[in-house]
Amino acid sequence: MQAFITRETLPSLPPPNTIKGPMAWMRQNLFSSVGNTIVTVVIVLAILSALIPFINWAFIKADWIGTSREDCTSGGACWVFVYVHLKLFMVGLYPESEVWRTLLVGAILVVTLAGLMIKAVPFKKYIQIFAIIVFPVIAFILLSGDSFGLPHVETNFWGGLLLTLVIAIVGIVAAFPLGILLALGRRSSMPIVKAICVVFIEVWRGVPLITVLFMSSVMLPLFLPEGMEINKLLRALVGITLFQSAYLAEVVRSGLQAIPKGQYEAANALGLTYWQGMYKVILPQALKIVIPGIVNSFISLFKDTSLVLIIGLFDLLATIQGAFASPKWLGYAIEGYLFAALVYWIFCFSMSRYSQHVERSLKTTH
Amino acid sequence: METATQTKPEIAVSLRDVNKWYGEFHVLKNVNLDVERGQRIVICGPSGSGKSTMIRCINRLEEHQAGQIIVDGIELNNDLKNIDQIRREVGMVFQHFNLFPHLTVLENCCLAPMWVRKIPRKEAEATAMEYLERVKIPHQAKKFPGQLSGGQQQRVAIARSLCMKPRIMLFDEPTSALDPEMIKEVLDTMIELAESGMTMLCVTHEMGFAKTVADSVIFMDAGQIIEMNTPDEFFNHPQHERSKLFLSQILGH
Repeated sequence: MQAFITRETLPSLPPPNTIKGPMAWMRQNLFSSVGNTIVTVVIVLAILSALIPFINWAFIKADWIGTSREDCTSGGACWVFVYVHLKLFMVGLYPESEVWRTLLVGAILVVTLAGLMIKAVPFKKYIQIFAIIVFPVIAFILLSGDSFGLPHVETNFWGGLLLTLVIAIVGIVAAFPLGILLALGRRSSMPIVKAICVVFIEVWRGVPLITVLFMSSVMLPLFLPEGMEINKLLRALVGITLFQSAYLAEVVRSGLQAIPKGQYEAANALGLTYWQGMYKVILPQALKIVIPGIVNSFISLFKDTSLVLIIGLFDLLATIQGAFASPKWLGYAIEGYLFAALVYWIFCFSMSRYSQHVERSLKTTH
Repeated sequence: METATQTKPEIAVSLRDVNKWYGEFHVLKNVNLDVERGQRIVICGPSGSGKSTMIRCINRLEEHQAGQIIVDGIELNNDLKNIDQIRREVGMVFQHFNLFPHLTVLENCCLAPMWVRKIPRKEAEATAMEYLERVKIPHQAKKFPGQLSGGQQQRVAIARSLCMKPRIMLFDEPTSALDPEMIKEVLDTMIELAESGMTMLCVTHEMGFAKTVADSVIFMDAGQIIEMNTPDEFFNHPQHERSKLFLSQILGH
């Protein structure tokens, strides 16, 4: 055999340049052969033939501002419908003179969220405490009133996007810790705790949300003592929270199962108690793994809030449907649904983008 | 007074007729063992012989079903207080390091002192840096475990255990998952620890380590302690047939 000994240490070189610019990319991927070119052209034409009429209808020939359907004369989309009803869609029947309160709550929420999400903002711990403990109190006082000289606004008057957000945020914030506790309980070695959690999760996952809402609004009052009444919105919130927590529990449990046994053992061996180990070692890792699943649940919860229509709560979608069903505005369902879709999409897409950002920032390897 | 403690050394770990089963499988059979304070014990034996199970019983990662285990004067039973107290005094190093990947090296080392011993962060970090220096990786303190080599991770794991200032250290095959080049750095750390007088129980097949630091070598097979002797005697004049066979197989190649 011929022996070999290297005579030099090779230097590290930069990788070969693979960036070629859009023209080169198109030539390589879209027009590389005759067949490829034909397919590309056909698909582009198909997209354009659908897109151009839509853009024409939705933007170019559309009417934007006015006071009644008589202002829609161009033959395109009648966004006047949305323009006129914007207050209804945003806050429902909330009294006109008190709308500033909802805007103030919204502003505080936006500032708080920005404080939580933007890395450069200091005092994260205090902002978290504010967001979890102080903000709900402020929001409730402002929205509901009846104290600090604010007139009382019954929850019956809450509606539109306001109601959608109240239900979604309360549902998300309340269901999350409950879901974690249920997931831990289902993996508990204590048979009674485990049994309670399994039964709870399986019962709530097994029934449709519509049934839950219907039960909470129609059946529950029958079992309550006479004269005792629980606010309709509160009943819906409790129902949605319990329903959502069962789903979240299973998502979190899948994360707990993905954590190697060695992590539990190391936490135990160091003397950490069960709750310390869970809080500092296991849950941070498990929740990181299941961020996509958690956000998936949150997004579906956000959209499921539209089901509260069946118990007579008027959320965003319900107010829109109500508006185009009125005789004055018959026939503008398309505009209404498109607007609803756009609003839902903005919120859901934001959640999705933010979760991707969180996932990236939690990466601890190369 | 001093001669009195020397003639009657304190017992750090004592196992009396310990038995354990995995289902029907009898994994520990009447294990009896006394470890004096400051003693270094190496436990070896074929895989499945119960050696890991035995040391994992000492800090209750596994539960024994019969017999008595006394650690640092405290009996291990179902009393959670006793278990917590023993785990504080017993450090453990695992085959697969088991560092917490979401925490930096420094945070790994400070977690238990801060939460279990309630030591303020500043003090815990100072102690952690001291031990990281002792295992020769203070400059990696801000990195995450995933960014370190296996040998470095294991040294961090040793430092993490030492930060709790344990009185007894358990090692469960600390070098078995390491590349050959990295075994030495971990063994050097362990040898240094042994020389500082730590009570150590090591499950390992590093016979060089056993010869250098061990006070006695335990050979286990099929859940039983087969032979226990000084390293010199054990390696040069094994008594039991099973020990002879084991040694000839690991040293013969």
